[in-house]
Amino acid sequence: MNAMTPTAPAASREEAASVRQEAALLPPVDVVEDATGITLYADLPGVPRDKLDLRVEGDQLNIEAELALAMPQGMTPSHAEVSRARYRRAFTLSKELDADKVSAELSQGVLRVRIPKAEHAQPRKISVQVR
Amino acid sequence: MYRSLFPRDVFAELDRLQRDMSTVFDYSPSIRGFGRGGYPALNVGSTPTSVEIYAFAPGIEPAAVEIHLDRGVLTIDGERKATLPADDGKTTLHLNERFAGRFRRVVSLPDDIDPATVTADYADGVLHVSVKRRESAQPRRIEVQ
Repeated sequence: MNAMTPTAPAASREEAASVRQEAALLPPVDVVEDATGITLYADLPGVPRDKLDLRVEGDQLNIEAELALAMPQGMTPSHAEVSRARYRRAFTLSKELDADKVSAELSQGVLRVRIPKAEHAQPRKISVQVR
Repeated sequence: MYRSLFPRDVFAELDRLQRDMSTVFDYSPSIRGFGRGGYPALNVGSTPTSVEIYAFAPGIEPAAVEIHLDRGVLTIDGERKATLPADDGKTTLHLNERFAGRFRRVVSLPDDIDPATVTADYADGVLHVSVKRRESAQPRRIEVQ
């Protein structure tokens, strides 16, 4: 990654890092499209509903979530595969999707987002004229 | 089900690669291998009185998970059912990164645990297993007479 900016001096690189958002985990997702819309599933284990921030800004769908685990006091971690307490992932929506009608549910750490297609983008069968 | 020709976002993949690289360099090799990137991901921590295991297993039936503790080795196995709809010829799977199928994770626990005190609960997709340490192994303050 750093190879892309080989000439950046250390100071400005540090500045850039502070401007950049806090490091987060990239949740795995499944995206399925059918005739009437797109369904997205994302694995967000450890995220209660009030720590999930799902928003549509312009044509961006942003998923941001915070892990909240009930950990006993004075616990010292000895092995951690989930080493950050935040998930983040963003997707760009395409214009035929209706961003106003996005619905979502979170159940046992799995987020399901349904993005329907706009009325005008619903499938129509186009009949082919045979001459 | 039809899969896209380019099912994954290149930038997301680079991000993932970078993350994997950064985690690879701070591990100490175990006889049971990396374990990273597996399902479920495991975090293990300890307190003076217990050992806490967190398995990040979203979207499973808690009843379908089996947890065994045998000779200091904890085994978690179960199955995660696929949530994707059956192929009806009209659906397209654009991204498919989530795990589905049978899983098993094995962790060896410290010697001073008390196998009779295992408790497990499942909340928000995280399976939390707690094992108490034996009384005799817990820190005690010795009064000086």
